[in-house]
Amino acid sequence: MDNIISILIFVAVIGLTLGITYWAAKQTATASDFYTAGGSLTGWQNGMAIAGDYLSAASFLGIAGAISLNGFDGFYYSIGWLTAYLVVLFLIAEPLRNLGKFTMADMIGARFGAKKVRGAAALNTITIVLFYMLAQLVGAGALIKLLLGIDYWISVLIVGVMMTIYVLFGGMTATSWVQIVKAILLMIGTIVISFLVLLKFNFNFIGMFDAMRTATPHGEAFLHSGIIYKDPIGLISVLIALVLGTAGLPHILMRFFTVKDAKTARSSVIYAVWIIGIFYVLTIFLGFGAAKFVGVDAIIAENAAGNMAAPMLAGVLGGAALESFVAAVAFATILAVVAGLVLSGASAIAHDIYAEIIKKGKVTEKQQVRAARFAAIGVAVFSIILALGAEKLNVAFLVSLAFCIAASANVPTILLTIYWKKFNTTGAVASMLTGLIVALVLVALSPSVINPVEGAAFFVGEPIFPYANPAIISVPAGFLAAIIGTLVSSKRHEADEVSYAEVKFKAETGYRES
Amino acid sequence: MSKSSKKKQVKPTLDYEKIIDTPEFKNLVKRKKAFSTPYIIFFFVAFFTLPILTGYTNILEARAIGSMTWTWVYSLLMFVMVWLFTSIYMNKAKSFDRDVEEIVKKNVLK
Repeated sequence: MDNIISILIFVAVIGLTLGITYWAAKQTATASDFYTAGGSLTGWQNGMAIAGDYLSAASFLGIAGAISLNGFDGFYYSIGWLTAYLVVLFLIAEPLRNLGKFTMADMIGARFGAKKVRGAAALNTITIVLFYMLAQLVGAGALIKLLLGIDYWISVLIVGVMMTIYVLFGGMTATSWVQIVKAILLMIGTIVISFLVLLKFNFNFIGMFDAMRTATPHGEAFLHSGIIYKDPIGLISVLIALVLGTAGLPHILMRFFTVKDAKTARSSVIYAVWIIGIFYVLTIFLGFGAAKFVGVDAIIAENAAGNMAAPMLAGVLGGAALESFVAAVAFATILAVVAGLVLSGASAIAHDIYAEIIKKGKVTEKQQVRAARFAAIGVAVFSIILALGAEKLNVAFLVSLAFCIAASANVPTILLTIYWKKFNTTGAVASMLTGLIVALVLVALSPSVINPVEGAAFFVGEPIFPYANPAIISVPAGFLAAIIGTLVSSKRHEADEVSYAEVKFKAETGYRES
Repeated sequence: MSKSSKKKQVKPTLDYEKIIDTPEFKNLVKRKKAFSTPYIIFFFVAFFTLPILTGYTNILEARAIGSMTWTWVYSLLMFVMVWLFTSIYMNKAKSFDRDVEEIVKKNVLK
């Protein structure tokens, strides 16, 4: 019986999103439709879509689980991922919208025309998308397997086929509306669970903290920092990745091209910040509620990382119907995020690499859309194959790696392209590649890969680099490479560079020649 | 517009060097910077002060209200800060929009 409710709700989510895709497909004709929904979204629509694109399984299932198992340390993710939007709003959103067209690389390419700059930006986009997508697909596979009892590989295939259909036929229009619907479902689910948790605590917010002092094996420490993050440097390193990484995530940056101008881009951030902020505050109720009413042992028994805490809590508080609904919300959450990822990966391949680098911009509208569709299939198939072989991979590790690469490899170049007059082609390429390589190498040497505890990582042994997240080294390395690269090559002037005066004027005003 | 087609234009349509040197444009950039910089410094400092306080001291572990420690109060204030700063930014940005419009009108649409 429970299973029937679950299956019905899952089918409803699939049906609704396919309906959206069918409708969106009819309005997707040009490259601009495909990549950016023709820039037609309003501020609130894009704000909801940003929230839908951003709040991944790591936020919904991951943070709820992390707070329930590790108390305050789980909440650092909520704080970091929200504060990140101040970086996006104050430093990046408007100039990005003013300079770019379809992709993050367009924005950097508006100043540096050299193929190697666009190539490096596209490489970073593809790397980040793959890690992030792998995390979502592995998470989705595990989730559906647990909820519906379907094999892991079938679960991955279902999600993989769905995301491919959305992007292939409906492009950015379908992706955006799937994300908007998901944001609404996620907020409803989270608010209902939070309300029920508060009800259990007699609407006494402070009383809830009293209860949590004795609700878990951690005792009073549950309410303090330090259960996981015993080393402050390791904690600061994680927080650097969280607060800066968002500003370098290609699928989030791409969302700013779906609105008509910088003013709308700005207003979409405001809507997104309210939705995302309310959601992250509510993660307190999800985490506390799960720890208190489901119990740490039961949560760990289901999934060691705590990923099932939120659906289990829904089951305890609202019965099988609510649990099924929340499971469907989690499913929709993953679908919306992977669709955004497929689209941004496809845009890096079809727009940046094929249309701009190989064809030097000489492609017809039809060729562009066709290339984008092929690229979408390519990205989807490749990541499904990776995900099929990665069932045992730790999801949180993959997501934090994606944030770290975004913060180290993309953010320095994005900021300096807008704000540093002397910045040049060599500096940009040096920064993007250094950030990427340093982040990857340090992670390969970190406890996430080499761990003394057997089964905790790929190899057993002492890690060479002590911190799981290397942002504290790799982000400064990205900036340093930008500065050194620029200074050692300042005498040379690349023919493809657009004057800073032009970039500055366009970034500030949104003026375009055409 | 693609890079390669841009390169073919022998002369840029506008004298950007001259425009960004006008007092209006310089003033706009200066005002934006003067507005944003304190907020940016403040939120970065506020954000990284949290792990420094929780990592190196115990002062946030004291109870603030009931069993809710200062760690939580500080964290919730971070949320308030984000909402407040986005609203302030939104309001202030409107005044920059007007300046931008005037600059574009004056220099581009002659």
